[in-house]
Amino acid sequence: MSGNREQPRLELSDVTIRFGGICALNDISLEVLPKQVVGIIGPNGAGKTTTFNVITGAYRPSQGEVRLDGKAVTAKPSHLIARAGISRTFQNIRLFGEMTVWEHLLVAQPHNEFPLRRLLPTRWANPQALRRAQEVLEFLKLEDVKDRAARSLPYGLQRRVEMARAVTARPKLLLLDEPVAGMNHDEADEIRHLMLKLRDSGLSILLIEHDMTFVMHLCDYLYVLDFGVMIAHGRPDEIRTNPTVLDAYLGHAT
Amino acid sequence: MLLQQLVNGLTLGAVYTLIALSFSLVMGILGVLNLAIAELFMLGGYFGFAAILAKLPLPVALLAGMAGAALVAAVIEKIGYQPFRDAPVVTPMLSTLGFSIILQNVATNLWGSDPLQLPDEVLAARFTFGPVSVSAMQLVVLGATVILVALLAFVVQRTSMGRALRAIAENRDVARLLGVSAGPLTLVAFTLSGALAGAAGVLVGLHYAAITPYVGVEIGLKAIAVMVVGGTKRIWGALIAGPLIGVAEVMTTAYGGSQIRDFVVYGLMITILLLRPQGLLGGARTEQGPRV
Amino acid sequence: MMSTYYAGLLADVGILLLGALSVYIILATGQLSLGNAGFMGIGAYLTSYLTVTTGIPLTLALVIAAAASGATGVVVGFPALRLKGIYLAMATLGFGEMVRSFFLNFDAMGGAGGFHGMRHVSVAYIWTWAAAILLLVALLERSQVWLEMRAVRDDETAAGLVGLNTTTIKVGSFGFAAAVAAIAGGLFAHHHVYIEPGNFSFERSIDFVLAVILGGSTVGAGALVGALLLVMLPEYLRFLAEWRFAIFGALLIAMLLVRRQGILDRSLFGVFRFRRSA
Repeated sequence: MSGNREQPRLELSDVTIRFGGICALNDISLEVLPKQVVGIIGPNGAGKTTTFNVITGAYRPSQGEVRLDGKAVTAKPSHLIARAGISRTFQNIRLFGEMTVWEHLLVAQPHNEFPLRRLLPTRWANPQALRRAQEVLEFLKLEDVKDRAARSLPYGLQRRVEMARAVTARPKLLLLDEPVAGMNHDEADEIRHLMLKLRDSGLSILLIEHDMTFVMHLCDYLYVLDFGVMIAHGRPDEIRTNPTVLDAYLGHAT
Repeated sequence: MLLQQLVNGLTLGAVYTLIALSFSLVMGILGVLNLAIAELFMLGGYFGFAAILAKLPLPVALLAGMAGAALVAAVIEKIGYQPFRDAPVVTPMLSTLGFSIILQNVATNLWGSDPLQLPDEVLAARFTFGPVSVSAMQLVVLGATVILVALLAFVVQRTSMGRALRAIAENRDVARLLGVSAGPLTLVAFTLSGALAGAAGVLVGLHYAAITPYVGVEIGLKAIAVMVVGGTKRIWGALIAGPLIGVAEVMTTAYGGSQIRDFVVYGLMITILLLRPQGLLGGARTEQGPRV
Repeated sequence: MMSTYYAGLLADVGILLLGALSVYIILATGQLSLGNAGFMGIGAYLTSYLTVTTGIPLTLALVIAAAASGATGVVVGFPALRLKGIYLAMATLGFGEMVRSFFLNFDAMGGAGGFHGMRHVSVAYIWTWAAAILLLVALLERSQVWLEMRAVRDDETAAGLVGLNTTTIKVGSFGFAAAVAAIAGGLFAHHHVYIEPGNFSFERSIDFVLAVILGGSTVGAGALVGALLLVMLPEYLRFLAEWRFAIFGALLIAMLLVRRQGILDRSLFGVFRFRRSA
């Protein structure tokens, strides 16, 4: 699709999902290369979040495959897909109850094969978890709110905590569902810089967003969905002027 | 012999049906398991007894039991449900548990823990239809149940209040948007359920001519099983499950020994929860309930 | 030298503590079990059988019973995965009743007549177990696995997506809790030296839940506070003896209204707060 010989980090081939009589996703194919930021855009209800749900194993596609670094992960149990290296954030932020920011980072650690490390008090048995959590805390500039209950934080910080949780386990691919929804220009810019930093550190990012300015300034490649069908894909400057895409958006405007 | 057991089972089943309906009125509409229903049943029995001992006629005793239990149910709704209506449903369930503990203690102190007995058995006359012998009391239990269920059916299916209750059961938020206000209606649901439980209490108390503060516990737990088997979201499931479990219990006791009957009843309940959680009469499998 | 009466009370506290902990462990994953008296009963009968009929020493018998009950807990935990909230509560209630009914019929161990012959065991022995398990839970609360349990309780989907195997965590909690309840049962049996199925009824399961809800449902030490409350408070309110159940019922309702997490919670427990970093 993007004409590279490089093995894609993520590959969806002909993914189709039918719910009852409705075809939520129809023959969707896309790929994300290593160190690439790819965006999925499209009008509401196009199937963008459904695509994410297929990737994370929440939905089993009626047809098609999902591959991570060449290995099939289609409809595997969610926790195995997470351990394979795919993390995600949610459209409506899903943080853990009363847990503090710090606890979020501790619980999201890379899976530890040694049960003893997980059963003994973390302070004594798992210094690398503490180090990693501290690392992520600093990377995302959350030191000041480390011990605050995550849910009590302002919206923008909550989004950052969710992102911090998602990157703690050093994923290969990060799925971000509307990461800057509801943010002002400055906050969104901060997130954009963050995401570029993450990309440069080796992460691939697949994101869903409605904020066109944000998307155009950030993504290396775009896929456009409408009614579960891929209607266009290409570089941002190509998509911006694509008549099919404009039609789809205008067609949905009330 | 079999037919006789059938009749006994149906009588027991009628009582289960009433209490299961009581449970499922609140559970089906509000999603709350009202653990105090067992004690509402018990209190209804005591109120009915008090009426009979005061030489009042049977229908008055029945009404006394129903009214008393309904009143207590209303109190529980105000204190034990209203403050928790937005909390996870397990919280109001635990608060009704608190009420159940209080009510049983109060009853024990008011009336003593020894069985309260009627001087003579009420309506002990027996009628014989072929191989089957039925006591007048059994007939009253069956008859009263039929009448109460018919009344409930009328209220739920034919009145606007009943329609509103069903609307809330379907979807609370949509109901509110349509102008159905949940507040007074949950009070109605609780009161109705209290009345049914109270009626069952009077009927059982009179049937056995004795009552203790502990009658509610075992029968309450069984009624939960009946509700589950019939379908927690479909209150009419109790009409089938009640007689079914009543007969099953009586048959098991007659042919297997009284000890394994509980095993059978709860085993059935768990099987239904696992294999067909919507119950026998429930429709398509819906969401199984919110988290704790 | 403690009077026998107070020794008995203390023993009851220890046993109730263990039962309450068994509810707490399962509750930590977001599941409410109303049938833990069933696991207690299994522990009581199995331990008694081992010490009385086969002469195995008590400590070993307790370990074996805990393991067997733990296995039962795992077996129960799997179908429990399919149920949520009140439906799970009802199913566990049914389970508890089924266990009681089973022992009612189990004539090999007395059936309705009960079982006796156990050797009486001291309060000190009971509290060795109770304290050890409380300490174990306290340590576990500071571990990774407890954070994972809390995450599963808070948002099971998100927990799965950070790589947590929610099945292992939820089923495992049932297994662990069942083992702890079994030890409570074994100790109960050897303290009262007579057991009958009625000892392991729904009321017992409710006692456990009551202790946790009142004492504090978010920290293990809450179970200790709850157990102390339920056993000791009636002693201090002797003049209200006849009304003590009503008082507990009222306390439960009041607690739910005013302080849902119970008496003890994490912030009250601030000294041992998890957050201390390396």
